Amino acid sequence: MLARIVAEAPEFFSYYNIVFLLEAMLATFALSAVGCVIGFAAGFFLAVSRRTISVLLLPLRALTAAFIEMFRRIPFLVTLMMVFFVFQVLGLDISMFSVALISVCLIATAFIAEIIRAGLESVHRTQWDTAAAMNMNLIQTLRYVIMPQAWKIILPPVFSFFILFIKDTALASQIGVVELTYAGKVLNNKGFSAALVFGSILILYFILSYPLAKFGARLEQKLAAARNS
Amino acid sequence: MSYTLQFGQVTGYLPYLAGGAWISLQIAFLAFCGGMVIGLFGAMAKTFGGRALNHLVGGYVTFFMNTPQLVQIYFIYFALPDAGILLTSYEAVLIGMTLNAGAYLTEIQRAGFESVHRNEMEAAETLGMTLMQRVRYVVLPHIARVLFPPLSNQYILMTLGTSMAAIFGVEELTGRAFNVNAETFRSIEVFSLTAGLYIVVTLAATLLLGLFGRFMFRAKMRLY
Amino acid sequence: MPQLEILDLKAAYGQEPVLENITLSVEKGEIVSLIGPSGSGKSTLLRVLIGLLPPIAGEVHLDGERIDYGDKRTLRSLRDRLAIVFQQYNLFQNMTALQNVTIAPTKVKKRPAREVEEEAKTLLSKVGLGDKFDAYPDELSGGQQQRVAIARALALKPEVLLLDEVTSALDPELVNEVLDSIRLLAAEGMTMFIVSHEMGFVRELSSKVAFMADGHIVEIGAPARIFDQPEKDRTRDFVSKILRH
Repeated sequence: MLARIVAEAPEFFSYYNIVFLLEAMLATFALSAVGCVIGFAAGFFLAVSRRTISVLLLPLRALTAAFIEMFRRIPFLVTLMMVFFVFQVLGLDISMFSVALISVCLIATAFIAEIIRAGLESVHRTQWDTAAAMNMNLIQTLRYVIMPQAWKIILPPVFSFFILFIKDTALASQIGVVELTYAGKVLNNKGFSAALVFGSILILYFILSYPLAKFGARLEQKLAAARNS
Repeated sequence: MSYTLQFGQVTGYLPYLAGGAWISLQIAFLAFCGGMVIGLFGAMAKTFGGRALNHLVGGYVTFFMNTPQLVQIYFIYFALPDAGILLTSYEAVLIGMTLNAGAYLTEIQRAGFESVHRNEMEAAETLGMTLMQRVRYVVLPHIARVLFPPLSNQYILMTLGTSMAAIFGVEELTGRAFNVNAETFRSIEVFSLTAGLYIVVTLAATLLLGLFGRFMFRAKMRLY
Repeated sequence: MPQLEILDLKAAYGQEPVLENITLSVEKGEIVSLIGPSGSGKSTLLRVLIGLLPPIAGEVHLDGERIDYGDKRTLRSLRDRLAIVFQQYNLFQNMTALQNVTIAPTKVKKRPAREVEEEAKTLLSKVGLGDKFDAYPDELSGGQQQRVAIARALALKPEVLLLDEVTSALDPELVNEVLDSIRLLAAEGMTMFIVSHEMGFVRELSSKVAFMADGHIVEIGAPARIFDQPEKDRTRDFVSKILRH
């Protein structure tokens, strides 16, 4: 195995292949990052509306609860297939990258909504009451009172989720999204040995994920120690 | 658009798909048990072991937690044959999932060990308990209560994770969904039914594990 | 015309009634104290008045104008004129003492920051916290936090101030510093609703004392009459018990 890796290495690490791999790495990063940013916005909206929508709109509240509960219990691969086939049936021609991105957004929204709900609940109810008694509206209450206190509870798990999805988006290779894992499959099909190709792919994922994980751990420590402000 | 949902054609496959869900649960269970054993040794090595052992286990955990399970299995399935290790796809998936679970479960169990406080042990000692009694009445119940919720959570995540076995042709729930899809071409129906089964299975698992944890270990757990 | 008039007010938590037949009127500059056993509805009445718990029946008039608690606009104007101080202070944990006081005037009332800050500093100095502008709540004692809360309520320039057991959570030696701040306000003629267990203080300051039990006002009158010649047995029971210790 080793001898073959050594023999193939010079050809494998050609300029063309390196650029190909770096582009794929960027796609992997972008899928997770963009998905989580959109998921954060949508999840925030869901978590806040789940908390504040009045009793009159109870069905809407049940719907958001069902969405959050469901998409946390469907495997990414199955969500990917559903989104893929829905667009196929609708006859809409969108790129596989978009299909994967929409899937990541759906799942990220559900998971992050749940994280944000827990974060909002970590701020004592009386802080909401006090803000209301002082005539603050919902946006002012969130912006000046609740979020400054909740974000240190929210940020670390959201960041962990983002790193988790850097790895989980490997499944998007199944529908042909040119991300890191797909790039590995392409190079493997070109005849490079599996050990060399997938070994390199594993290392590239590690290079992407490890520093972020380290940063996340530092962030968590810092936030835990930080004052509320 | 002229697509109409027709579940009639697909519902006949429900028993077949449900059988797949059972296989998913089995794979998750096997990998979880294997991962627990690895995790137990890993956590003990990290808690009580020397420097070298600590680094070794740390390296294993860090590597597996920072790379995708799918590519790990690719490596095991496609690259190990070069080294003369031939595995069936089912074996490769199971080994990959077990090693992956081992890394996560090492971390979870280590945190559990660390949560046993020194003063709790000292209090037990002042009550005149022997070491065995302390372990049996203080340490183990404490660890069980602290560990059961995150372990249950991990088990449910792993059940969802088994779906990637389909990529290697294992006929668990997602694998069988691909089969039914190939036969009926009712893609949306097949995959929404499959999604529904995953939801049902994991909801049931959450409920059962939650009840078990609450009654056995007085653990604080959600039931849904 | 009374400044605040409450007519036959009723409120409930879910199905359970917590306030019934509450009728009470307050003239400008009067101090009304609510006393009674815990769970009698004193704090709930304040929560209803500030609109944190919508009433299910009855009326509240402020300067002759009926408050519709279901309507966002009148609720806003009500909260413009009423302010509340809570038992647990409820300071915003993420802000310094000064920020706690300035946040609502600047962000809600959109007043100029500089002017508000000057006022806030004056208010904080008035309650004896001239050296604590930049302290966070977790760096202050309970009594200091409660005085910040009072300054925060005053910064809203309320016409009526609601004080909900503002000394109950404090260590005994800190009670007086907070009571002194309230005495200062009373001297300035602020209309106040006070829920308190400090009977000496209630007797000294109040224009009227209302004794509440089980969500009802049992008896209402001048402090001397309520404490010395209560008409109802329940009031007598309560007063004798509480004055004994």
